[in-house]
Amino acid sequence: MAARDSSLGWHLIRGYAMAVYLFMFLPIIVVVLLSFNASQFGSFPMTGFSFRWFGELWNNEAILRAFRTSLVLGLLTALISTTLGVLASLALVRYKVPGANTISTILIAPILVPEVVLAVALLLFLNFLGVPKSFGLLLFGHVIFTLPFVILVVQARLVAIRRDIEEAALSLGASPVQTFFQVTLPLMLPAVMAGALFAFTISFDDITGTLFWKPGGVETVPTQIFAMLRNSISPEINALGTVMIVMTVGLPLVGAAIARQMSKKSGL
Amino acid sequence: MSVEARERRQPWILLSPALTAITLLLFIPLVFIAVYSFWLRTATGADQVGFFLDNWQEALTDRFYRDILLYTLKIAAITTILCAVMGYPAAYFIARSKGNKAILLLLLMLPFWISYIIRTMSWINILGVSGALNTFLLWIGIIDEPLQMLYNQATVVLGLIHFLLPFMVLNVFVSLDGIDETLEDAANSLGATRWQAFLQVTLPLSLPGLAAGGLLCFVLGAGTYITPLVLGGPSDAMFANLVFEAIITQLNWPLGSALSLMLLVVLGLLVMVYNRYLGMAQLMKGLG
Repeated sequence: MAARDSSLGWHLIRGYAMAVYLFMFLPIIVVVLLSFNASQFGSFPMTGFSFRWFGELWNNEAILRAFRTSLVLGLLTALISTTLGVLASLALVRYKVPGANTISTILIAPILVPEVVLAVALLLFLNFLGVPKSFGLLLFGHVIFTLPFVILVVQARLVAIRRDIEEAALSLGASPVQTFFQVTLPLMLPAVMAGALFAFTISFDDITGTLFWKPGGVETVPTQIFAMLRNSISPEINALGTVMIVMTVGLPLVGAAIARQMSKKSGL
Repeated sequence: MSVEARERRQPWILLSPALTAITLLLFIPLVFIAVYSFWLRTATGADQVGFFLDNWQEALTDRFYRDILLYTLKIAAITTILCAVMGYPAAYFIARSKGNKAILLLLLMLPFWISYIIRTMSWINILGVSGALNTFLLWIGIIDEPLQMLYNQATVVLGLIHFLLPFMVLNVFVSLDGIDETLEDAANSLGATRWQAFLQVTLPLSLPGLAAGGLLCFVLGAGTYITPLVLGGPSDAMFANLVFEAIITQLNWPLGSALSLMLLVVLGLLVMVYNRYLGMAQLMKGLG
């Protein structure tokens, strides 16, 4: 409506919203800016433009190790969590399950429980069973924490897939197994990818639970940054932050683009 | 086996891995720490199995824990209110914008994808002694020496808002977007001013989204210990910091169990009250 676009109230709301956007982005922009600062210290004033700190990152053995740990952990978490999540989502979307509401609540329970409490409970219980702080414990923790997110995302997308295509395959003589692998799975792929990406990003980002579960000497990227912050903020941390920003923002965007491309190709 | 029986069994086969994982890695561990909280840490460092009320007595009667619990709830409440004040108009702007809503929403969700630790520490670049704000103020000559702005209660709240605001915006947006815009126009044509129409039509209809966003902000805010560690001073510890201290630093696992359960019960009650009146469906809409 024209009156709304030009009214004073609308201008005020727009200005306010812009200020909120600025609030969200300003600190992030400053991180990226400072990571190119030539100065010795991770602070203003900017003394020049330099890639030096990215080079330092590349030569920092501790950071590279943390990167490898986070990467392997994130990939394994995504693999396991997505498998469990897709199966559960299929059951909830495709079948009339008695007590579906209760089951849904149980499945998202890991995000209803504060992460600190989940971290303590898992650490103490698995330690009691003889699993010490280890990569395995980290993996268990990350899987259980990411599972609800995967289920929510996958479920939302599965609902959109039309069932009659599968029914057509079945009525044309394909076996249920053939139908699943040749019809259902390709149709589900964007949902599966979205779930996996979500799980990977959340795992890659996690620090709250990770600090409880990680054994001494093992660091993930977030815990490495946290440890480095103990001294003071350095240009290296800002450079690492920039790399993380590019990864966590870039990956989902690329993923979304791929998903769109694939769903276009499949013509559905 | 009959076809119907197989139809009936199939969903349970599909659900069983996820349900097993959640039972083994969440529910049983929660029961386990409830038991553990009655054990006792001995001087030797080994935990004595038994039924001791010492940890609960300490957790429930020591003023120290009660004060920090109340302080934590206060910080979470302030954060939630500020998130609502900042997030509601922003969500309203996105929902009623003539521009590309998806892009506007995506932009505001973008920081949500950026690492929590990076976003938290990024405020040091802004507010630190040689940060952007001090450098700017020194440059224009308002101050002669840098101000000490970091490491207090206000910066903890600031960090939490920056972390939680996207949750609020998303939830409010989802409910605003579902409201028929012509309702407001109808109110207008019946003589209400825009402001009246908003207060009496749009705002009440969007309350479920506001409540869902508020619940998420409160529960996530009250459960954090990283933000106070990075942006707070020594006296800004929140309840989750006490849990971390007990478990990781002091290795007093029985006490840590009792403290964890206290936090779980307090925040769990809130979720249950929410679920009783509004149901989980609204929350899932915002999360999916």
